Amino acid sequence: MPSLKEFRNRIDSVKSTQKITKAKQMVAAAKLRKAQEAAEAARPYAQRIAAVVANLSASMADNPGAPKLLVGSGKDDVQLLIVATADRGLCGAFNTNIVRKAREEIVRLERDGKTVKILCVGRKGYDQLKTLYKDRIIDVVSFREVRQITSHEASEIAERARAMFEGGEVDIVKLIYSEFRNVISQVPTVQTLLPAAASIDPEAKGPDLKGAAYEYEPNEEEILAALLPRNLTSQVFNALLQNVAGEQGASMTAMDNATRNAGDMINRLTLEYNRKRQANITKELIEIISGAEAL
Amino acid sequence: MAEKLNFHLVSPERELFAGLVDQVVVPGTEGDFGVLAEHAPVMATIRPGAITVFEDGAKRRIFVNGGFAEVTPEGLTVLAEDAVDVTAVDMAALSQELQDAREDAADAKTDEDREAAQAVVDRIEALQAAVQTDAYA
Repeated sequence: MPSLKEFRNRIDSVKSTQKITKAKQMVAAAKLRKAQEAAEAARPYAQRIAAVVANLSASMADNPGAPKLLVGSGKDDVQLLIVATADRGLCGAFNTNIVRKAREEIVRLERDGKTVKILCVGRKGYDQLKTLYKDRIIDVVSFREVRQITSHEASEIAERARAMFEGGEVDIVKLIYSEFRNVISQVPTVQTLLPAAASIDPEAKGPDLKGAAYEYEPNEEEILAALLPRNLTSQVFNALLQNVAGEQGASMTAMDNATRNAGDMINRLTLEYNRKRQANITKELIEIISGAEAL
Repeated sequence: MAEKLNFHLVSPERELFAGLVDQVVVPGTEGDFGVLAEHAPVMATIRPGAITVFEDGAKRRIFVNGGFAEVTPEGLTVLAEDAVDVTAVDMAALSQELQDAREDAADAKTDEDREAAQAVVDRIEALQAAVQTDAYA
């Protein structure tokens, strides 16, 4: 049975842990709001560009001159998986869920005899993947120092993926990230980025032209060639923003739980401490009384 | 001018401008073109340069570093890489940036670095030109 002093120390330590989780929870709530606003603000661009690309590629799909980014090499032997996780912990199972999804995908692809390459975005994903798949990881990108993710960071990743794809190093590029449904629900998702034909949302429809046809300047091929890389960046950017929002959402929920658990623990410890103290007093009283009676 | 044009300027991060204007002149890759209300549908790529927005006799110039313009019956949407209001540009700082960028380009060791630095130089030069000369003065 621990002594009273040990109990007091325990309670103090749990209390300071609770202070940390509480602070982290409030920070996450503030950051979550910012992240949601950023994701919201980025939506018009993503929607417009997706609609335009869908529109253009529909008319280009059967064209033999269609750009490689759109139709791909026709193979799927070498696949690049971009695994986007957070850079920090203290966000519950957020990173683990993404990594688990990535691992499932890797196992599935390798069973089918494909070669897998991994590009880690975010330290936490790398930390978890390196024990099993170190030889397949080609690089780690970390945005730890970046306060607010902009399309610049997204284009860095997109450019690398595009260079590898166009250079014939990989046949398919997939992105694994956590889709932000709401504050308590983030769903790890695998999205095919390249070839672009596979990533086009059939729901995205162009505006009603009221019977008129587009004039293209310069021409459809060149516009598509200019837009596809931008669409790729936009998709990566969107995924990164959702990840940030998801991370903060998961962090908030996890820290809320942790704060509550710490509270329960303090209650339990305090109860035990009081009981023990009372027992000690009773014991001492009994000793005094029985000593007096013996006289 | 009876009809107004619904104009949206969006960058990857956010919507920069949305509203009704009289006319917009877009620096297309194959030349500038003006867009009024009821313009025929067009899809065009944009070269780095200034977009000129005319509204109630006032004029606003916004520099875009390339992008894409789409005219539909609903209006004009410009998807821009990055956009700055021309009046907000600090010329002195810009010259310094340009000099730095030129040095970077000269110091670059690999082709990739040189290309990246050159892209920055081109962008700043285009911005400078846009600030200095207003084609629709």
